[in-house]
Amino acid sequence: MGNYLLRRLIVAVPSLLGISLILFVLLALAPGDPFGELASNPNIPPEVREALRVKFGMDDPIMVRYVRWLVAMIHGDWGFSFASRVNVDTLILQRIPATLYVVGTAQLLALIVAIPVGVLAARRPYSIFDQIANTFAFIGFSLPTFFTGLLLILIFSVNLGWLPFVYRADIQATGWMWWWENFKQAVMPVTVLGLYQAASYTRYVRSAVLDVIKLDYVTTARSKGLDESKVIVKHVVRNALIPVVTLVALQMPTVFGGAIVTEQIFRIPGIGSLLISAILANDTPVIMAVTFVFACLVVLFNLIADILYGWLDPRISFR
Amino acid sequence: MAGLTHASPSVETALAPASKKRRFSPGRDAIRRFLRHRLAAVSIVVLALLALAIVVGPWIWRVPINEIDFTARLAAPSWDHPFGTDDLGQDLLARMIYGGRISLAVGFAAMAVGLFVGVVIGAIAGNSKGPVDAALMWLTDLFLSLPQLPLLLLVIYLFRDLLKGLVGPEGGTFVLIVLVIGGFRWMPVARLVRAQFLSLREKEFVEAARALGASNFRLVARHILPNALGPVIVAGTIDVAAAIIAESTLSFLGLGFPPDIPTWGRLLFDAKDYLDIAPHWALFAGGAIFLTVIAINFIGDGLRDALDPRKVM
Amino acid sequence: MDARVAPLLEIKGLKTYFNTDEGQVQAVDGVDISIGSGETLCVVGESGSGKTVTAMSVLKLIAMPPGRIAGGQILWRGRDLVPLGSSEMNKIRASEIAIVFQEPMTSLNPVYTVGDQIAEVIRLHQGLSKKAAMDRAAEMLALVQIPNPKARVNDYPHHFSGGMRQRVMIAMALSCNPKLLIADEPTTALDVTIQAQILDLLLDMKERLGMSIMLITHAMGVVAEVAQRVVVMYAGRVAEEAPVDRLFANPRHPYTQGLIRSIPRIDLAAVKKSRLESIPGSVPKLVNPPEGCRFASRCRFAIPDCRIAQPPLREIEPGHKVACIRAEETLL
Repeated sequence: MGNYLLRRLIVAVPSLLGISLILFVLLALAPGDPFGELASNPNIPPEVREALRVKFGMDDPIMVRYVRWLVAMIHGDWGFSFASRVNVDTLILQRIPATLYVVGTAQLLALIVAIPVGVLAARRPYSIFDQIANTFAFIGFSLPTFFTGLLLILIFSVNLGWLPFVYRADIQATGWMWWWENFKQAVMPVTVLGLYQAASYTRYVRSAVLDVIKLDYVTTARSKGLDESKVIVKHVVRNALIPVVTLVALQMPTVFGGAIVTEQIFRIPGIGSLLISAILANDTPVIMAVTFVFACLVVLFNLIADILYGWLDPRISFR
Repeated sequence: MAGLTHASPSVETALAPASKKRRFSPGRDAIRRFLRHRLAAVSIVVLALLALAIVVGPWIWRVPINEIDFTARLAAPSWDHPFGTDDLGQDLLARMIYGGRISLAVGFAAMAVGLFVGVVIGAIAGNSKGPVDAALMWLTDLFLSLPQLPLLLLVIYLFRDLLKGLVGPEGGTFVLIVLVIGGFRWMPVARLVRAQFLSLREKEFVEAARALGASNFRLVARHILPNALGPVIVAGTIDVAAAIIAESTLSFLGLGFPPDIPTWGRLLFDAKDYLDIAPHWALFAGGAIFLTVIAINFIGDGLRDALDPRKVM
Repeated sequence: MDARVAPLLEIKGLKTYFNTDEGQVQAVDGVDISIGSGETLCVVGESGSGKTVTAMSVLKLIAMPPGRIAGGQILWRGRDLVPLGSSEMNKIRASEIAIVFQEPMTSLNPVYTVGDQIAEVIRLHQGLSKKAAMDRAAEMLALVQIPNPKARVNDYPHHFSGGMRQRVMIAMALSCNPKLLIADEPTTALDVTIQAQILDLLLDMKERLGMSIMLITHAMGVVAEVAQRVVVMYAGRVAEEAPVDRLFANPRHPYTQGLIRSIPRIDLAAVKKSRLESIPGSVPKLVNPPEGCRFASRCRFAIPDCRIAQPPLREIEPGHKVACIRAEETLL
């Protein structure tokens, strides 16, 4: 298992390098000077600007610049936000917990909904329940998150007035009220993101269960005299989770994309809304860093999926 | 093959002659399977009506999209404005029709880009062994694990001014958005095409064609691509829906088309600040996106039943 | 051997049908089979003859839907299993009637150790503790001659070869001392050398544990080697039933005769250079099967009467039953 983990980690390194290369090439190909704001600032005399260009090595060959940029990124030297006048890494560290909290809770919700619904649908394929679940799944992943978010705000904030539609990091209440307020403001974003993912996951679970349920070892389990519920949980769902983990890992880029939209709608102070505000403010260092962080998060979650995969399937870790 | 499936050989032997007797051509068989998916059949009609409305709409509903009328600001649906008006009193039906053209155009164009790149990369990978294949598959995996929306935003941020200068604001944004969305949706197709290559390369009829002296190009064009077509069409259909959502998302974030071009996502973006006084604004725009996307997704599902018989359970 | 006195399992007029898009498949259509205590019965027939469906019906492991038991009785020690609910059925499965399948490679769950999978059935039916059940699982592995059983209980199925996995399956099936073991083509998927080992193991286990075996096979060679009594099935019905020596010496159903003639005989081939015979045609489709005898279209003795009504299974000599109206005229 340790060996397997190490191998997965080593495989993750080239992906990160590849992503960083893509980012850097995009930046280098882009027209204009990434340090445009600095360069066009009339208060900075041309000599200083030249000195800065030399200092940042803007005139070196592209590969040299890439390596230098990469080394700086690895050292945590992510630059300085033009807009907020703080270091980019500080900014991101402030913002990342909110993102992880919302995305993590939403994933949990998605799986809690998708696994039972998918299993029940697969138990009786083409039954009424299956057809209803399937229709809801289609509605679920055809409703874009930005629209569901607005719908929920319209219903629960505007019409009913039950839930706040602005997410606040600085809730004034203390003790239980703090928790309650926190819960209330997370309900809508988590629901929007969670149900959107639950729709796809339900279909994954259903088809994985359908694949597994007709396998020979399930018949073996039935021939042992196990209760049907035990056969399903222990011999069907347990095995069906293996392909589901892979599919869920493949969804991670979409999940973080959804997080950006949700954060924007509900004004959650996470890295997604940071990215949007940075783009609107032409804050290049922040944009680059946040994009890279999103890429790292996807790689990290894929790694977690790999670990889960190795844990679920003994054939993997022993190979 | 013991267990429950064990009972099936007898069933299959019983079925084989019976199904042969029906003499359905593959095409008719596919249409029959597609129509059996009732929601897919309904969706075809819905999508056709939507497309018709979008194409001929401007000739029937001749209200300009940018006629500002402050006396009718944020008006609810009425006979004068069937979908109501926005904060400048502009007619929403006209703007929706215009936005629909952009959404569908972006969807299909991005799908075409994605399919083209996917087929080319998949064909090269599937046709070459060793390092080329490995490198292309690594690239495919890499792209699959890229966070697409942040990168979409980044690329648009970095390049929009350049393209705007080259082909004008509207055309520039269109080309950029189509290229970028398409550029992030080729991977499933590339995998499918490559997998078809690998599995078909070993099949008897391809071997036979090769033994008869068919050239590589001929093999690809005549034998391998037609066989890969079914799954690729299904993937392409789903891509249209995904591209429409992607474009709407960009517009919704205020980073898509220029503000004066009313795409569906842009309408939602503008509407979100008036949810309390003019909910119809957001509902019509969001409803249009939803209806289009779900229709395309159902059609994709029906096509999967029709073209990929192995997946039918 | 007198199965008449105390049949352990008595299948009477069993009908198992499957609903498909093409219509109702009558996979098993009125089958009578009985097995006595301590008896080895072989059920033989080509694929599609309904032998596996019969076996699966006994334990009610048929997928319902699309399958259903449309008629008949399955009397297990006098008690009909057909109307039994699933919890009652679960008490009989593995503890009284156990089954071994054809595909050892896919019949074990890949994510649990073989020890876990054997212990699961032991704990379920005998209520042992986890520890005791694992010890018992190791004993069972030893019994089926798997080397180093104490260590191997912790191995996963993919660590075992096909033959070894079939031993594990047998160990699992026997772990609750069933009275009847149904072995559904247990050697078909294995190498020839391994096949003989597994058959020997089954017979050895039968002697030691004193159970009955219902062995399903399509290989007449296996039948000759292990069976005491033989039931020949064709197209969902019993064609002939007889003690093994009688069946080979005096087969009366034209189909049985064809089966026996199609056995390769190394000894005869060397001297006589005779051709191996095959039965022309194939099993009829079981959706709307033909009226009358289902073998008639392939039978060289067929007369118009054969196509009118289903020939009854009649006893032409004690213990020897044939479903052929011309059984007296089919002597070789």
